[in-house]
Amino acid sequence: MLTKSKIREPFGDRVLLVTIYVLLGALTLTVLYPLLYILSSSLSSPNAVVSGQVWLYPVEFSLKAYKSIFQSSQLMLGYYNSIVYTVVGTFINVSFTVLMAFPLSQRMMAGRKYIMILMMITMFFSGGLIPTYLLVKNLHLLDTRWALWLPSAFSVFQVIIARTFFMSSIPTELQEAAQMDGCRDTRYLWSIVLPLSKPILAVMTLMYAVGHWNAYFDALIYLRSEHLFPLQYVLRNMLILNAADPEMLANTAQKLRDQGFEQVLKYALIVVACVPVLIMYPFVQKHFVKGVMIGSLKG
Amino acid sequence: MVQTTWLRMKRSWELYLLVLLPVLYLIIFQYIPMFGVIIAFKDFNIIKGILGSPWVGFKHFTDLFQSPNFPLLIKNTLLISLYSLLAGFPIPIFLALALNEIRTGFFKKSVQMITYAPHFISTVVMVSIIILMLSPHVGVVDRLFTFFGWSDTNFMGEPKLFKSIYVWSGVWQEMGYASIIYIAALAGVDPSLYEAARMDGASRIKKILHIDLPSLLPIAITMLILSLGSVMGVGFEKIYLMQNSLNVSTSEVISTYVYKVGLLGANFSFSSAVGLFNSIINLVLLVSVNAIARRVSENSLW
Repeated sequence: MLTKSKIREPFGDRVLLVTIYVLLGALTLTVLYPLLYILSSSLSSPNAVVSGQVWLYPVEFSLKAYKSIFQSSQLMLGYYNSIVYTVVGTFINVSFTVLMAFPLSQRMMAGRKYIMILMMITMFFSGGLIPTYLLVKNLHLLDTRWALWLPSAFSVFQVIIARTFFMSSIPTELQEAAQMDGCRDTRYLWSIVLPLSKPILAVMTLMYAVGHWNAYFDALIYLRSEHLFPLQYVLRNMLILNAADPEMLANTAQKLRDQGFEQVLKYALIVVACVPVLIMYPFVQKHFVKGVMIGSLKG
Repeated sequence: MVQTTWLRMKRSWELYLLVLLPVLYLIIFQYIPMFGVIIAFKDFNIIKGILGSPWVGFKHFTDLFQSPNFPLLIKNTLLISLYSLLAGFPIPIFLALALNEIRTGFFKKSVQMITYAPHFISTVVMVSIIILMLSPHVGVVDRLFTFFGWSDTNFMGEPKLFKSIYVWSGVWQEMGYASIIYIAALAGVDPSLYEAARMDGASRIKKILHIDLPSLLPIAITMLILSLGSVMGVGFEKIYLMQNSLNVSTSEVISTYVYKVGLLGANFSFSSAVGLFNSIINLVLLVSVNAIARRVSENSLW
């Protein structure tokens, strides 16, 4: 700072800069505090949590809540289901997005304008909840895993981003050269376009995957059988409807339960639910930022 | 002409094959439900099916307009989304402007990393966090209130507070992520503008007002159009989870009503009518806001 700027900034500018640093610092703490508080509460004793001793760091450190959580087969099944929904669902989403976006990016294709319009209309108008539900019901997809995969096979927004990328970032000379050598469209997509599109495919995969992992609404509408429920739905029952799994409390002494063990359990559940996303987050943050930026090019 | 089109089509047959599945998806899962909207004008009966049920014209719409819930639904929906817009629209812009002023380094990176993070928290977990933090006696917010001598408050059971809790928790969760798009726009500003401003002795405030803000205007208007266009489409997920019997008078919005009447109450036709009414208003809003924006500022979606 001292070596770089030989001319000191004017007084007004320095005041502004200090204000900005203070405000940003305060804002960051406001975002950070609830997250830290939850983590600390989940690691404290029920007594400390209920009597309000926890403010920032764990009081009477204990891992009891986490041990109980892993005894709940409901929750473990939810975890497993969510992984299945996320992996298969994201695969379907990404494949469909590419299958839609690539042809739409090819200027040679006659009639692509009409397909584009067909797709864009769905962005502004949709049948709505009830007609979609009736369709899923008539197709006998209710209460099957397919109900969470098929009704939202791709997002129009992602298709537009991918199409823009294909059109603007892949040199047309490549296609001309490939065609010269007798490469057909499918081969061109597979061997040339996709390897060159790795960054956008990564962003797309992440966005779809987070969407699947965090979704509960489709499960709420379409699923009835307990063995199909995804994690978020199980969490809703436990955290918001207060229906704790008896298995979680089986090995807990009555005394501890009276002290408010279920409260600590909730904090621990929140932490466990966020773990996959939190572990992934630092590594993928810049991809998400890139995704938003690519999307904003053609807002 | 016809022949060349035909030739082109023949040459790109593989493209049509690729696009077949997604187009089938669009037709089945998007267009059939669009057609299914006609049940809003029918008395839908599960046994007779969509086509066999008798037409009733605008009966469900007049029922909706005359229902005692209707004014309240519209009021809640509009208030919640306008409040969200008022709070949620400017804050990410301020955040981006502030971040743009400070140098890249540990502090800036940490601020960005931490403020983006809550975006990835699921709705279920977010609402649980809200409920836990605000719960009477044991929640940290209520303890703070008691600490400062204010009386115990049951935040989630207070109808007056519902909208503020909904909106400000949303700001907490989304401001960082929403600022990315503005940060990107600021990164694209021509550096020679700043140099010229420095030559002329412009202060930081002047640079923000005369260079940064004007460069953000096009993208800000686009975002504003999009949010105004969905002013009637308040998201279902978060509100539904935050609802309880105590706050329902201020928290019932069109989407939660459609779900309750339609799916829980099996009143398919009436509920479709409510949904259709809602999407038509959204469409009209989007188109008119876009037209106004185009006339006033030459920035528009199309």
